[in-house]
Parts: sequence; structure tokens; C-alpha cells
Amino acid sequence: MPAVTETLETVQSVTEGGYKWGFETDIEMEFAPKGLNEDIVRFISAKKNEPAWLLEWRLKAFAMWKKMEEPSWAAVSYPKIDYQDAYYYAAPTQKVKPKSLDEVDPELLKTYAKLGIPLKEQAILAGVEGAGDTPADGGRMPIAVDAVFDSVSVATSYKERLAKDGIIFCAISEAVQEHPELVRQYLGTVVPQADNYFAALNSAVFTDGSFVYIPKGVRCPMELSTYFRINAKSTGQFERTLIIADEGSTVSYLEGCTAPQRDENQLHAAVVELVALDDATIKYSTVQNWYPGDAEGRGGIYNFVTKRADCRGARSKVSWTQVETGSAITWKYPSCILRGDDSVGEFYSVAITNNRQQADTGTKMFHIGKNTRSTIVSKGISAGRGQNTYRGLVKISPKAAGARNFTQCDSLLIGDECGAHTVPYIENRCMSAKVEHEATTSRIAEDQLFYCRQRGLSEEDAVGLIVNGFCREVLKELPMEFAVEAQKLLQISLEGSVG
Amino acid sequence: MLKIENLHATVDGKQILKGLTLEIAPGEIHAIMGPNGSGKSTLSYVLAGREGYEVTEGSVTYKGQDLLAMEPEERAVAGVFLAFQAPVELPGVGNANFLRTALNAVRRAKGESEVDAIQFLKLARARMKVLNMPDDMLKRPVNVGFSGGEKKRNEMLQMAMLSPTLALLDETDSGLDIDALKMVADTVNSLRGPTFSALVITHYQRLLNHIVPDHVHVLSAGRIIRSGGPELAQELEATGYAASVAAA
Repeated sequence: MPAVTETLETVQSVTEGGYKWGFETDIEMEFAPKGLNEDIVRFISAKKNEPAWLLEWRLKAFAMWKKMEEPSWAAVSYPKIDYQDAYYYAAPTQKVKPKSLDEVDPELLKTYAKLGIPLKEQAILAGVEGAGDTPADGGRMPIAVDAVFDSVSVATSYKERLAKDGIIFCAISEAVQEHPELVRQYLGTVVPQADNYFAALNSAVFTDGSFVYIPKGVRCPMELSTYFRINAKSTGQFERTLIIADEGSTVSYLEGCTAPQRDENQLHAAVVELVALDDATIKYSTVQNWYPGDAEGRGGIYNFVTKRADCRGARSKVSWTQVETGSAITWKYPSCILRGDDSVGEFYSVAITNNRQQADTGTKMFHIGKNTRSTIVSKGISAGRGQNTYRGLVKISPKAAGARNFTQCDSLLIGDECGAHTVPYIENRCMSAKVEHEATTSRIAEDQLFYCRQRGLSEEDAVGLIVNGFCREVLKELPMEFAVEAQKLLQISLEGSVG
Repeated sequence: MLKIENLHATVDGKQILKGLTLEIAPGEIHAIMGPNGSGKSTLSYVLAGREGYEVTEGSVTYKGQDLLAMEPEERAVAGVFLAFQAPVELPGVGNANFLRTALNAVRRAKGESEVDAIQFLKLARARMKVLNMPDDMLKRPVNVGFSGGEKKRNEMLQMAMLSPTLALLDETDSGLDIDALKMVADTVNSLRGPTFSALVITHYQRLLNHIVPDHVHVLSAGRIIRSGGPELAQELEATGYAASVAAA
């Protein structure tokens, strides 16, 4: 691929230019004092110039959070988090965009280069000034990017083009100012403030995130994308994303995450709320490769995320696709409330744990409307001393006549020190519903590896190929641009897991 | 080209090869015949470097290099190709993707440029036409759901595409009908030339009617007990292995 070559060469020439980078991007930051109390919540709200109702909403969440206990049911273990020992607000003092790729974190570029993202897109993703103004390679489907750089969204591209169709795609803080009626109508209606410990924390202190509104009957002309990035030291990141697809509209949203290497564990507690009205379709794809910690499990991101979709309208459809390769701990259950009759929920997941990573992830499908359908395909890969748990709930209410669910959970083990666990809950209270569950656990067979190596593939390439084959059903759900990236990520994540 | 000297090998602690000596010159085709359990498959796995096949004594030199010191993939890109008796299934891995990855690994080792997806398809389709393989076999996952004959065709496609300098055919003819057998022979014969050598392992003389070997060896209890020209295969077909084994 010439684009990749160009990218690698350019990055090389850029790095040879003599500019020295550190781990953290050298941008002056503004911090709120360390710790968490009502004053911090007020500080964040004031910094964002929020209306009174939102401050009240945050304070209510904070009051509830204080009374809640950190959940301990997940199959993950980590030292107790000191919530008073973190910064809850960090923002660049000016909204400076990097002028060129010279100013972008080389670690990030290295990852991009490994992933083979074309330079043009790298620039956009890294938030380089002006990079998103012209479409990437001629004829290709452009991607609109909203980059969240720590707490403040610093770059939004393609915004004007989207505005022509009446689509709103902006930082949620901006939406609070520009479209308060929409935010107020939908915020917290899918994930209420007191939903769970981490969602309550997020509701109190969320700093930024993306907001999307697709008007009635509009098919969003491009993929919308957010690249989240955690940069400042000891900053929890609490983004809040709200996507509303109005009647008959369609949108595909991509969320990508990268984090630079760091020694301290960093907390990430995001909330994503999706609302699909009658006949609307939302496709939400995530590729998450946050720093997983070193081989001994030091450092790495704690990823405690609440993602939920409300299929409010009849015949609405939400499809979650996730490729989780990073983070020290992943605690994440993208769910669908299938409220509208004939609504459809899908969950396609690949989760990899290597070294000492722990993942407890899955989905919940709540069948409420008639003839609602859900599909769950989960692929867990454990290597090194990684622990991987699928935890899912399929709940069918008495009114959900004709509801159907199909669940498939496959686990792949690499080595003999890792673990795979499947915890599927099924609660069916409707006679006419049909629920299917299939599960398999396998290893990469010695004869498969030998066959590949006999054809000239290195052991790592062979593992990469076999793992990608194992995940194919999920990867094919990703938009093209992401699928290529995800395939390479799978391989990078498993580096050093064999031999 | 290939020099095997006094080769001893064990599998699971059991001695299978007990002093096998064999030399193959460039361009030669050797056939190895022998009864079940004589060590035919073990020989092919030892040469390809499969884990669990431990060499306890002896040496193998390939193009002047110590073959036994090389990783399986190093042997592969150096031109050693093993056509599997039971080709392995790789669920979800597209046949085209697999074969192109392999081809590019070999091309890189030879210092040739890699082929992109379009160039690859051109090359592959041309070969498949000769092998009478439908185009859609490229899209299917490697060997998954393939019939026995399709799997062997696929092995031959890989062999033809990778154009090895030493092909090891491990009972590739087992379970094949006469048309498929001819296809295997045609593929080997099409590669025949001064830089292509092959070790054809088989139970039956049938295959050797189509691939006429330069030399035929009888393997028994881990050693070569008789060697001769193509006529030896005919004789074995008539008299069976027992006579040779008894004479040795």
C-alpha cells in the first residue's frame, strides 16, 4: 500500500528532524485542585459556563455517588482507587492545535504508523490545525473527527459539511451552550445519574465528550469519529457521549482510543448514551487500545465504562461493535434496551487480554417490545496471564411476544497461564420468546501453527492470522477503515505472547 | 542439494528413524516407499522442522546449510515445501489472504518485491485454471469444509505458487481418485527442472506411473533398506514389501 509507505517514510523524516519529544505533550495545562468534593463539581460546571439545571444535575449525581459502593462483582482485581488523589479537570490553557505532525506525540504516531493509518488521517486524528479541511485521499469516504484531548475537545472537522444536512456533531460542552434543549431532553435518560457507581461519578464530573444529533430521515453522509486520548498525568477522564438518531435516520459512529505509556494507573469512566427513535439505526464501533500496563501489570488504564442504547422507537436498530485490545482492566457492557416493537440490538465483541490484563465485558439485551431481536457474538482471546470474562444478560419481559436472541461466545486460549470465563445470564419471562446460546473454548492448535510456519509465516504472524480468523465474524462488522486498523492491533497486542 | 546422513529421530521418546542416509541432487525426484510405521511421515516432519520430532543423531544439509538448525519458517522460505498428508483447517482465514501472505514471505526471502492483492489474484487464477479449481476456493477459509480432493488440490496450488526447490510430498496420493492423482502428478511434473527436487512419499506405485522418479528407496524400521531406479517400484508392487524387508 503506497499510503502506508508514504506515512512511514514521512514519520521517519519527521523524527529525524531532531525534534525531541517527551511522553507528555508539552501544552500548558490548567488543573482543578486534586480531589473530589462539591466545590470541584461546581468548579467544573463554572469552567464550562453551564446553565443552573446542569449544575444541579451534577450535584445530585455527586450526592448519590457519595452514598454508593464501588462494585466488586466483576471478575477483576485491582488495588483500591483513591478518588481523592486524582485531578478531575485538566484542560489546555489555550485551545492550541498542533501546527503539524512535528508537534504530535511520537508514541501516538508510532502507533498510528504501526497501524498504517495514512498520514493525512493521522494529522486529522492528532488534531493538526487545518488537516481536516480538505478531504483525505480523493474519492475515499471522509471521516469526521472530534478529538478529545484530555478534557476538552480541541478539534472538530467536517462540521460545516454535516451542518448542511442539519446534523449536529460537536463536543458535548458546546452542545450544552448551543443546543441546551436537546441535551436537557435526552441527557441521563438512558443512563440515569444513579445507574451505577462509575456512571454516577461520571455524571458529577464529566468534562467532555461528543454530541451527535441526526435529524429525521437523514442518512449521515460520513462516518463520525472520535479519538479519545488521555494525556495529562493522574487525570481521570470522564467523557460523556450522547447520540440521538431521530426518526428514520442512520448514523455510523467510530470511537478510537489511544493513550501514551505511563506508570500510574489512570481511571477512565465514560458514559455513552444512544437514543434511536422510530426506524432509526445507530452503528457504534469502538477500537480501544489504551495502555495495558507493562508485562508485570504495572501502569495501564482502568476502563470502567457504561454504554447503553435505548431503542425507543419501533423498528429501530442499534449495533455495538467493539475491539478491546488495551487497558489494564476493562469493565464494560454495551447494552440495548429494546423498547420499540420490532427493534433490533446487536453486540459484536473482540476482547484480548495479554500479560496481566483483565477484561470483564459483555452486553445486556433487554427485550421489552414485541418481536424484538438481538444477536450477541463475543470473541475472547486470552494470552500470557490475561483473564477474560464474558458476562451477559438476556432479559425478556412478559410483553415481548415473539422476541428472539442468539448468543455465541467463543474463547481462544494462547499459552497455559491465562483464563477464559463465560457468565451468561438468561431471564426469560415470555413463553413465545426464543433464546439460543452457544459457547466454545479452544486453543491455537500446534498443527495450525506448524502449517502456517511451514508456509513461511513467522510464529507471531501465524498467531496473528489465526486470531484474526477467529475474530472474523466481528471484524467484518467494522467499517472498512477500522477493520484494517483493528486487524493490525490484534497482532500488535499479541506480540510476545508466543515462543 | 539435500544430504541426510545417519539420521536418528524420536517422537515422544520413541525411536522412529534409525540411521537414515539419503542424498538428493538438484533436479532429482526420489520416491520413498515402505510399509506403515516405517518412518515415512516422520522423515518429512523432521525435514520440515515440526515440534516434537527430535533428532538424536546425524545431520541434514540443505544447499550447504545445516537444515536442522533452522526454524520451520526459515526452511520454508529457503525453498522447503511440505505437502501435508492431512492439510490443516484455519477457520476464518481466507485462502487468498493466507496464500498471499505465504507467497510474500517467500518472495521477501528471495529479495523479490511483494505482490499486491491484484497481482496475486492474477497469478493465483492462472494456476487455479490449470488445477481445475473454481475461483471461489480463494474466498473460502483455508481447508475448512474442503473435500479430501479439494484439500490436496489446495496443497498443489500452494506448491505451484510458492515454487519450492525441495518439495516433500507426504502421501499426497492417499485417498485420491485417479483424476486427482493425475492433477498432483501434473503439478509436480510442471515444476520439474534443474532447480526443483522432490521427495515423494507414497505407499503405492500408482502415483509413480505419473511422476516417474529418478530413484526409489524402500524405508523399513527407520532405515533405507533398498534403493533402485523406477523399476524397483514396479517390483514392489508385484512382490510386496515383505520380501525386501526379509532380504535386508
